[in-house]
Amino acid sequence: MLSVEVNHITKVYGTRAVVDDVSFTVNPGEILGLIGPNGAGKTTTIRMMMDIIKPDYGDIKILGEKINQNTKNLIGYLPEERGLYRKMNVIDSIIYFASLKGMDSQTARQRSNDLLKRVDMLPHKNKKVEELSRGMGQIIQVIVTVIHDPKLIILDEPTAGLDPVNAQLLKDMMVELRNRGKSVIMSTHRMNEIEELCDRVLMINRGQVVLYGGLAEIKSKFRNNSVIVEYDSDPGDITGVIRRNDLKHGVELVLDATTTPQQILERLVNKGVKVNRFELSTPSLNDIFIKVAGNGRE
Amino acid sequence: MNKTGLIAKHEFLVNIKRKAFLILTLAFPVLALLVILAGQVVAGLAKPSAEIETIGYVDETGSFGINTAPGKIILVGYESQDNALKALLDKEIKEYFVIPQDYISNGIIQRYTLSRELEPGGDAITVVRDFLLSNLLEGKASPEVIARVQSPLNMVNTLLTDTGEVASNQGGFAGFIIPYIFSMLLLMSIFFSSGYLLQGLGDEKENRVMEILLSSISSRQLLAGKVIGLGAAGLAQVVVWLISAQFLVKIASSTWGNIIGNLQVPVDFLALGIIYFILGYLLFAVLMAGVGAISPTARDGQSISTLFTLAGIAPLWFMAFIIENPDHLLSQILTIFPITAPVTVMIRLGITQIPMWEIAVSIGVMVFAIIGCFTMAAKLFRTYLLMYGKRPGIREIVHSFRSA
Repeated sequence: MLSVEVNHITKVYGTRAVVDDVSFTVNPGEILGLIGPNGAGKTTTIRMMMDIIKPDYGDIKILGEKINQNTKNLIGYLPEERGLYRKMNVIDSIIYFASLKGMDSQTARQRSNDLLKRVDMLPHKNKKVEELSRGMGQIIQVIVTVIHDPKLIILDEPTAGLDPVNAQLLKDMMVELRNRGKSVIMSTHRMNEIEELCDRVLMINRGQVVLYGGLAEIKSKFRNNSVIVEYDSDPGDITGVIRRNDLKHGVELVLDATTTPQQILERLVNKGVKVNRFELSTPSLNDIFIKVAGNGRE
Repeated sequence: MNKTGLIAKHEFLVNIKRKAFLILTLAFPVLALLVILAGQVVAGLAKPSAEIETIGYVDETGSFGINTAPGKIILVGYESQDNALKALLDKEIKEYFVIPQDYISNGIIQRYTLSRELEPGGDAITVVRDFLLSNLLEGKASPEVIARVQSPLNMVNTLLTDTGEVASNQGGFAGFIIPYIFSMLLLMSIFFSSGYLLQGLGDEKENRVMEILLSSISSRQLLAGKVIGLGAAGLAQVVVWLISAQFLVKIASSTWGNIIGNLQVPVDFLALGIIYFILGYLLFAVLMAGVGAISPTARDGQSISTLFTLAGIAPLWFMAFIIENPDHLLSQILTIFPITAPVTVMIRLGITQIPMWEIAVSIGVMVFAIIGCFTMAAKLFRTYLLMYGKRPGIREIVHSFRSA
């Protein structure tokens, strides 16, 4: 059973469709990266998945059911605009939000203690939220997101504001959740995190899906027929290479349509060139993002 | 516990711990106790002294010889004004009056005193008047008639219902003061409770907690939970006031026994008071919730909510008119208009018998208004709770009622 099925959802504000006929799915045990420029419609899409706002058209199924109060209990959501009750203490805050997800307070207290211990924040559990640093507050919010052991976790800019240690802690947590068969949707502008963690990517621009699929598949789609090579001596002209781009380390060889990278490697070896590095030139997700978002802007 | 109940419990506990709530809840009984104690102190100071006062008089007509003064005040006759003046200056008498020869024709009595005063003391006037009456009627009427002339009116009022039966609520000062105090407390409790709701919403928006809440519960559950939780806090406040009032009445009756003894809260008044508190609170709460939803901050919300607050206290502006004309068309309109109904009904109940049909229509209109406002507030909640930093225009709000 799919964790998420979004079918042709559209949301119109005034005359502008901020989300326009968006469809995608999320599988169990998968991290889906949700990317897009600011104002692309990511947060509106997430809020429709959470039933905070209703789509004008289309429908959404979470764990096989149309979103309802019970399915909400199976989702952990860390919104981009996040906050806690500043005057409440840490443990009471966590237990209160856990109770709203259907947990009994005793189980919630036990699990809160476990999670706080895991992130080295157990000594802070009786402090008021306003006494915590911003990063610590954010870790508490991550705990609030996963306290009820949700099947689907939606994280909007989860590592924003976290120091590298806590960011790594959160990333490890996400991987662990995936390994336990949970589905994770992560919206972020940090392309390196998407490349590091996500199995598939959904890119929305101007409310529409512009990229959707496995990371390797997308990269291969945007790959031009070129290789990056580092060698000791200049090989001179190579048949099948139509252009050379000098890089800081090595050179990018752009091939014609009929030449394969394997053929180029053979030709370099035949010429007696000592090859130190040979790799397919694939664009980074960042490059792809800029290219796709830039096209949309033109 | 369901999610609405959880929100209600949270709101109740958070708000009864607020300093402002605790201060307001305790302020009424504490202030009332202070007033009562101060009254007792003042009453102690103002107790009539046991000292006997002496008032002199000079009878120039020669026909006022019967001395009727009670034991506390002694009337002493003087043959001439010079003698009376000397006695006054020697402090033998407190004051003296002169009955001139032409008194019978014009009724003028000349009074002389060393005290600066706005008006002559009540006891002295009564004594002089009784003295004059007794002498004027001497031999012309029996002592009983003279006593009746001196005190001709001791009226006992009985209010009847339309069917001629003795009304359960006899009105009057005692019947009015309780509803008046109750309506003021009701108003305060309603405004403060709904004000907390507005402030809570503003805080949650500013703290960015709203989206986390809405990821677990629906906007309707959130609205209902907040309204119920804060309403329970407001009701708890009223209960504290009512319980403390019982003790305060006991303490006060030792000072103002007669007045306090007559203060009775009719059962129908209490029942309607609680009904109107609940309805009034619910109406203001959902109105404030709507205001809170469209306001970026708590402060912004308070400026809009002032409009509703002013409308709510409108009956107090017309209070004198309502008291004079409790059954006038304006009083009826204010009874039926939902925002002004709670306070108007409380005021009118103290002085008149409000027809059942008016009460029924008033409650019915309030219930419809609450349902309508709740539906609209829930739509505003869904649309605007997550909009930070700007307030929607009227056109956007109207659109959201249609589309949310």
